[in-house]
Amino acid sequence: MNTENTQGLTIAGKTYRSRLLVGSGKYKDLEQTRLATEASGADIITVAIRRVNIGQDPNAPSLLDVVPPSKYTILPNSAGCYNAEDAVYTLQLGRELLGGHKLCKLEVLGDEKTLFPNMPETLKAARTLVQDGFDVMVYCSDDPIQARMLEDIGCVAIMPLASLIGSGMGILNPWNLSLIIEQSRVPVLVDAGVGTASDAAIAMELGCDGVLMNTAIAGAKDPVRMARAMGLAVEAGREAFLAGRMPRKFAASPSSPMAGRIV
Amino acid sequence: MVEIQLNGEKRQLTSALLADLIAELNLSQQAIAVAVNRQIIPKSRWAAHQLQVDDKVDVVRAIGGG
Repeated sequence: MNTENTQGLTIAGKTYRSRLLVGSGKYKDLEQTRLATEASGADIITVAIRRVNIGQDPNAPSLLDVVPPSKYTILPNSAGCYNAEDAVYTLQLGRELLGGHKLCKLEVLGDEKTLFPNMPETLKAARTLVQDGFDVMVYCSDDPIQARMLEDIGCVAIMPLASLIGSGMGILNPWNLSLIIEQSRVPVLVDAGVGTASDAAIAMELGCDGVLMNTAIAGAKDPVRMARAMGLAVEAGREAFLAGRMPRKFAASPSSPMAGRIV
Repeated sequence: MVEIQLNGEKRQLTSALLADLIAELNLSQQAIAVAVNRQIIPKSRWAAHQLQVDDKVDVVRAIGGG
């Protein structure tokens, strides 16, 4: 567990104020994307890399107009890739369009229904990307052995899923998450499955360094409000973690003294 | 006339220079990346890069996603 930095979140040598990272997908429109992202207080925002629509109006506003690289750290991801080669290619394109920006999120999916990561392909892609000079934040299963392998390859952050992408099921296996947090020398961020504010707080209370979410905000009835809630939840959870919680007991323990009772 | 594949669709080029294609698409000032046959061509080389028949060109940008 990395307990050095109690202020910001340090990834690949750069420190960010917010421990909440957000995706940019599934919003109603670009304006909602902008407002929710601002409300979240996030510094890092993930984006997908896709083919330009040939013939589209070049003056129409695009994502990077509303969440500009001058204000945010843009994190290209390899969403939608099912093998290492495609993931590497996608992230190389992402690096190019951001002018050489090395930080990326690696995601190699195993199947369309669960969007669970294909770990052998993820490991393969991670090796190639690290060798090619990328700072790789990697979406992975909550398997501590795989997590250690990814760390040994040189990934700068380990990002296990708490539950399936877009499912909002929350932290399904806090034990595995704890094992990963305990052993990891790089930041551990929950990526996938957060549904509401308490999920984010629980992740931080377990000792996560940060939380990455998309649907939890974009899929809420009031995304801007939920974005604000998430920012608060991540901060609250982090403070509670640093404060050191009281022990759980099986018996009651009164808060008021026995001495001087009237009865 | 050079015919290539651009983002998966056939296209006849008026000029074989990559920079000309990007300009024709009105994308020269946009945050995009270009690859030809899965090889990234940096912006600095667009003006020098000659496209060949059946080249597969990908022009991509960042969009909303998790």
